Amino acid sequence: MSSPRSRNFTNEEIKDLFLKLQSLLPQPNQRRNQTLSASMVLNETCTYIKRLQKEADELSERLSQLLDSVDTTGVDVELIRTLLQQ
Amino acid sequence: MESTISNPDFNIEEEELKRTKRRKTETRDPESDPKPQTTRWRSESEQRNYSTKLVEALRQVRRNSSSSSSPSSAKLSSSSSVGRHREIRDAANRVLAVSAKGKTRWSRAISRLSSKVAHNNTKHKKGANRAGAKVTGCSRLSRPEKKRLPAVQRKVKVLSRLVPGCRKVSLPNLLEETTDYIAALEMQVRAMTKITEILTGAPVNRLGLS
Repeated sequence: MSSPRSRNFTNEEIKDLFLKLQSLLPQPNQRRNQTLSASMVLNETCTYIKRLQKEADELSERLSQLLDSVDTTGVDVELIRTLLQQ
Repeated sequence: MESTISNPDFNIEEEELKRTKRRKTETRDPESDPKPQTTRWRSESEQRNYSTKLVEALRQVRRNSSSSSSPSSAKLSSSSSVGRHREIRDAANRVLAVSAKGKTRWSRAISRLSSKVAHNNTKHKKGANRAGAKVTGCSRLSRPEKKRLPAVQRKVKVLSRLVPGCRKVSLPNLLEETTDYIAALEMQVRAMTKITEILTGAPVNRLGLS
């Protein structure tokens, strides 16, 4: 690895990384304060990523259908609106 | 998720300031807190930026398909929406990788993949990459004791396959990449949902995400 990140991570840092990852996961209220095991965090993470990728995939599908039906002027209007609305 | 999004209005200005400062002094310093990175994906300006680029890419896809003279779109049967679905997906990922500005492994991997596909439609380097990675993976799987891998190791492996370009990175690096990747994916889904909503003029029902 040519990246400068090839230093030795301490166990503490790895634990922190797991905690940080856990905080990103969608979590029910009861679980917010618990520390999940590494195994569970990994599980949830994989599930979550798969779900996000699937959502993106379905949205691509939807968008491709929409692009078919929307005419050119429609897309331009939509572009302007996207720029302004967000 | 909601707990980390406090005041988007304030965050925008802070994020812009942070980004300007970071651009001047930024190196690939592992000591720097990766938190600003993942928070960056949550900022409105980042999403707006991404949406703009994505819409531009989508228009490009439309233009390519309607001309249907280029071999790539012909190959993907441009007239059917099914063929274009993959183009859009690829465009969305490519734009996402660009937004990451090459700071993460996963984004660089996506950019590598898309440039290969764009220039070499017949060679399918994408498949070659996977085959290459599988060689290292397969040697373990072909042994009868594959179930002896501890559960955590197995899950790390699964995760490394989900995050682009991270099959051989160390665990801590993988975790860092994953946190950034998840934040980026969330933004991608938010942006695409919004664009879809604008196009249909109706809200989109998301898979249980707030």
